[in-house]
Amino acid sequence: MDLSFTSTEEAFREEARTWLAENVPAEPLASMDTPEGFEEHRAWEHILFDAGWAVVSWPERYGGREASLVEWLIFEEEYWASGAPGRVSSNGVSLLAPTIFDFGTPEQQDRFLRPMARGDEIWAQGWSEPDAGSDLAGIKTRAPRDGDHFVIDGQKTWCSRGAFADWFFCLVRTDPDSERHAGLSYLLVPGDTEGLEARAVGRLDGEPGFAELFFDGARVHERYLLGGEGEGWAVAMATTGSERGLNLRAPGRFMAAADRLVGLYKELAESRGSDLGRRDQVVSAWMGAQAYRWQTYATEARLRGGAPIGSEASFMKVLWSELDVELHATALRLLGRDGERADSSWMDGYVFALSGPIYAGTNEIQRNIISERVLGLPRR
Amino acid sequence: MDFSFSDDQIMFQEAVRDLLANECPPEVVRAAWENDTGRTDGLWASLAEMGVVGMTAPESAGGLGMDETDLVLLLEEAGRAALPEPLLEHTAVGIPTLAEAGGSVAEAWLERAAAGEATLGAGPDDGYAPGAATCDLVLLIGGQIRAVPVGSASLVEHRSVDGSRRLFEVDGDAVVLDADAALAFDRAAAAAAAQCVGVAQHLLDTTVEYAAQRFQFGKPVGSYQAVKHHLANTALKIEFARPAVRHAAWCIATGEPDRSRDVSLAKALAAEAVDLAARTALQCHGAIGYTFEYDLHLWMKRGWALSAVWGDAAWHRNRIAEALGM
Repeated sequence: MDLSFTSTEEAFREEARTWLAENVPAEPLASMDTPEGFEEHRAWEHILFDAGWAVVSWPERYGGREASLVEWLIFEEEYWASGAPGRVSSNGVSLLAPTIFDFGTPEQQDRFLRPMARGDEIWAQGWSEPDAGSDLAGIKTRAPRDGDHFVIDGQKTWCSRGAFADWFFCLVRTDPDSERHAGLSYLLVPGDTEGLEARAVGRLDGEPGFAELFFDGARVHERYLLGGEGEGWAVAMATTGSERGLNLRAPGRFMAAADRLVGLYKELAESRGSDLGRRDQVVSAWMGAQAYRWQTYATEARLRGGAPIGSEASFMKVLWSELDVELHATALRLLGRDGERADSSWMDGYVFALSGPIYAGTNEIQRNIISERVLGLPRR
Repeated sequence: MDFSFSDDQIMFQEAVRDLLANECPPEVVRAAWENDTGRTDGLWASLAEMGVVGMTAPESAGGLGMDETDLVLLLEEAGRAALPEPLLEHTAVGIPTLAEAGGSVAEAWLERAAAGEATLGAGPDDGYAPGAATCDLVLLIGGQIRAVPVGSASLVEHRSVDGSRRLFEVDGDAVVLDADAALAFDRAAAAAAAQCVGVAQHLLDTTVEYAAQRFQFGKPVGSYQAVKHHLANTALKIEFARPAVRHAAWCIATGEPDRSRDVSLAKALAAEAVDLAARTALQCHGAIGYTFEYDLHLWMKRGWALSAVWGDAAWHRNRIAEALGM
């Protein structure tokens, strides 16, 4: 055990910090869930990619620098501490790409990874349906084969940034007579496919951050099938491992928010005096972020030792999503009369954080997974 | 950055776990509740023979020259077994503190302590020293560290809710040690945190086992979501406390500048984990867990005690706030 960073890791941190200090936009970008903000964030992804920072842990041929998992965690710490913009490409990079690395053909990897990493093609997820949310195996969208194409009919919903995305990764029923986990396939669908319509839906903050997707005889070529036909469930579960676990929300994001919260407390205490009750709530949030940090580095060592991420990813998903709510709720309480103001980044962050315990498998589902698959309690 | 333990460290942990599984079953813990000393018959000697008791002493004093990163896994095991022996006071605090202090006190006691021939106790200066009557030298830790030989001290005994913990007020002629009292306190807090994690893990494991085989309404109670989520919440607390505790051990071993803050992080998280584990264990067992005959309370009460000593969660949260400049 050596919990200090190696000189290579320290040098990597320094390089990232220096680049970010020189390149992070001085003014915050418009919300990525508006048309203009989406394109501003896309332009930022180009800048990151061209400097080699978009996908640090990826192979060089796809625009990465083959950084270790520890280095990626370091990059995330520096990225969020620098106040850099949110990552509009994160659904593709964090959720789809690991699946393409695992299940994609070499042609698919060459076709999709680089444009995804540069933000030239931004991806949205088409999994949930009006009648299939937590119970994902209940999806009904059909996509029977017709020659070398699949023909999609049905509806997807809650597609984050689906109103602006270039591509969709969808879970569909290619065997129309199948039920539950069988007969599903993982299809990559171009946004301009004829017979596909994306309609924006206002999110809790009023912005068109969601889309519903309507498929009406949309034809998708078989070269866009990811993994085997009918094997979509296994392929999709590989993606949920990433979504809940290490890839989507690294500790750096919450460490940075906790540090800002500590700063907010100190700033307000200067004018209003100390408030030990609220101070303790700030400590609680700071502790959560630190606990997540050390648990993640411990997990990194387990993974390096050959262990799978597996169901333990559910621990992380519950922790970061509930921590994010707690952090922002604490900030709003600290702000007193200004807490309800709509023009604060803390309110934006709070509204966004509230989605965390719902998406990527609700936290109730995560607790079921922890109790059944980690602790071994009986399913029924 | 490497959080993995070495093969030797894992083997040492497994050896201690096996020893405690054989020699420290619940009957032995229960016997310690009822005997004169609160300790076991022979377990300390077995641990000394394995090298555990003196492991933190330098090799020149007959120890193994190991540090907190070696010890932390064994402290977790001690918690898991509810071991009623002074591993915290003697091995985690007493020996490293004497080794740091040097001088005549170390000369008189360190080698004997490393060999397990003399037993070191420890307690906060304004608190109790558990098991002091079975010790030879007690370190009282406050703004400074006072070493009191038990032979010439006056002891006032109090009962703890954990019947194996005999609490003593210690008063007597003391020598002030030339050692860092804040460091000694942190050693104790971090060791208590590691034991809390072990106690919490045992409480969770036994409750999972019980919930899987206890049937009501024709199904195991562990199949009901209300029970599952209690246990998942407990598992979450333990999952996120354990790495912080191991990190705190590393901070002590390497002298990190943020040591005190990060020991507080560890103790606060571990205390909260064991508090929740004790509540959950009792609730999910139902009435059987509320009986004296059933073994659950041996761990619950150890958890209550360890959660509170060497700074409880609230105390450590305040220390974190101060360290962050709030």
